[in-house]
Amino acid sequence: MDPFTMDPFIELDGVEKVFDVRRKTGFLKRERHRVRAVDSISFTVARGEMVGYIGPNGAGKSTTIKMLTGILTPSGGRLRVAGIDPSRERKRLAHRMGVVFGQRTTLWWDLPLIDSYKLMHRMYRIPDARYRENLDRMVELLDLGELLAVPVRQLSLGQRMRGDIAAALLHDPEVLYLDEPTIGLDVISKTKVRDFLRQLNAERATTVLLTTHDLQDIEQLCSRVMVIDHGRLVYDGALAGLHEAGESERTLVVDLERELPPIEAPPPARVVRVEGPRQWLAFPASASAAGLVARIAAEYPLVDLSVREPDIEAVIAKMYAERADRAVS
Amino acid sequence: MGERSVVAEGLRAYWLIAGMWVRAGMTYRASFVATMVGNLVMTGMDFVGILLMFSQVDSLGGWSLPEVALLYGLSVTSFGIADLVLGSMDVLGARMRDGSFDTLLVRPAPVLAQVGADRFAVRRLGRVVQGTVVLGWALASVDVDWSVPKVLLVPVMVLSGAAIFSAVFVAGAAFQIFAQDAAEVQNAFTYGGTTLLQYPPSVFGKDLVRGATFVLPLAFVNWVPAAYLLGRPYPIGLPSWAAFVSPLVAVVCCALAGLAWRTGLRSYRSTGS
Repeated sequence: MDPFTMDPFIELDGVEKVFDVRRKTGFLKRERHRVRAVDSISFTVARGEMVGYIGPNGAGKSTTIKMLTGILTPSGGRLRVAGIDPSRERKRLAHRMGVVFGQRTTLWWDLPLIDSYKLMHRMYRIPDARYRENLDRMVELLDLGELLAVPVRQLSLGQRMRGDIAAALLHDPEVLYLDEPTIGLDVISKTKVRDFLRQLNAERATTVLLTTHDLQDIEQLCSRVMVIDHGRLVYDGALAGLHEAGESERTLVVDLERELPPIEAPPPARVVRVEGPRQWLAFPASASAAGLVARIAAEYPLVDLSVREPDIEAVIAKMYAERADRAVS
Repeated sequence: MGERSVVAEGLRAYWLIAGMWVRAGMTYRASFVATMVGNLVMTGMDFVGILLMFSQVDSLGGWSLPEVALLYGLSVTSFGIADLVLGSMDVLGARMRDGSFDTLLVRPAPVLAQVGADRFAVRRLGRVVQGTVVLGWALASVDVDWSVPKVLLVPVMVLSGAAIFSAVFVAGAAFQIFAQDAAEVQNAFTYGGTTLLQYPPSVFGKDLVRGATFVLPLAFVNWVPAAYLLGRPYPIGLPSWAAFVSPLVAVVCCALAGLAWRTGLRSYRSTGS
């Protein structure tokens, strides 16, 4: 179904955020200039969608999230979440949304994990039966059983993130905002978090908007990705399309038995770097690595290999370079 | 939501969060006991300083020891109550710098209540206890012809004083929104204010007394009503009914502080800093 004809849960129409930045230029002298952190952004997200919101640091990602959650008031445009103007009815919206800031825990450092949940229970006035049901489900899905009695300061980063996600969901929010939910996590924790989010979305149709630097988060979770750069929405669509738009490449790192001349790979794959017995091959992100690997394994004395995903920054940078080129020619 | 339910919501949120801090504080029992004792000793030493001074002189600015003790007891008790309730508002600037202030804005509770309850610590009760003890001794020792209005004036002074100091805490927090490293400015008015009020107004210059009466009306915490109670002239001429306007001054201060807080919060939400 076309998301635009479905129930538009989040609506942004020409939303702007302008900051007055004062910079010290002397002892008392200050220079003022205006920064458009978010520059006329429009999009809608349907109920139950899972959307990746990506872009380089300082592109306007967090500013957008802060406007969506009612922390910041937009300087212009129209913004609605569940029909509510977040900046005007912050507290009413708070009951309907969950927020997880990846690098800032909202859990109580010195108290057992369960105490933070009890506070949520009372602060959000969650009916007792609903609270118990939700808590049981979270404990099961996020594997928190052993951790409930442990003071938060003793939890690992991955455990704490799972704890934070559960805290954000006890009051049945219709929308969940995640700011870098997998940053700094080990592979197992990342997998747990992703599996959980998928299940949450499938079971409760919770709308999820997540910012990330990890393309795998998007690949495994989001059917739709939005790219913001310099405050503007530069891409909105499927992830595959982003790879095409950015002509992004993955890298195959090959360790051979000995130093050899550059591998003769079938184009468009090509060797981009050689360092002793190790060689780096770039190939399109949209292509499968299997054929390339099979061919090299058949023709060269292979010891080890690994595939590196393109990072978002590189994809976007490339996308921009392409646009600029096209504009010139 | 009406104003009334905002207040109820705020008190409820304050109660919930303060309770969490109390429990968090209890997890370090030894440290809790040590800081509690340390706090009592430190605030106690404060009054010892005044006692030492009176071992050398008979009066301070014309005020006897019990009279100065009355000022001290009133100032410390009302400041202690405000400090117990809102004393951690000076961490607001730090919360803004590290970004954790944003996490308070996504909760369904008034932000002021959340900031007020931040780092709530029972050990701050020490100051209230110490102030009350000194106040009790002073009330028993001063030479006052007690009447009903004079007796009633005592609790009115303590409560109005606590409200005036609370307003200073809130206004200071609002100021920190604009100047995030200004916790010390706030401390100058709160801790500085309570120290100022521990001495008779007659030892200060008239301009300072005028400032503390009409600009930042700390004088209504104890100076003005206590001068009336003790039958002493106030350094700058005030009518005798001025001794009874402390509650009114407190209400006005709280309203202005609330306004400043709202303005500050609105500014934060539009500038993000």
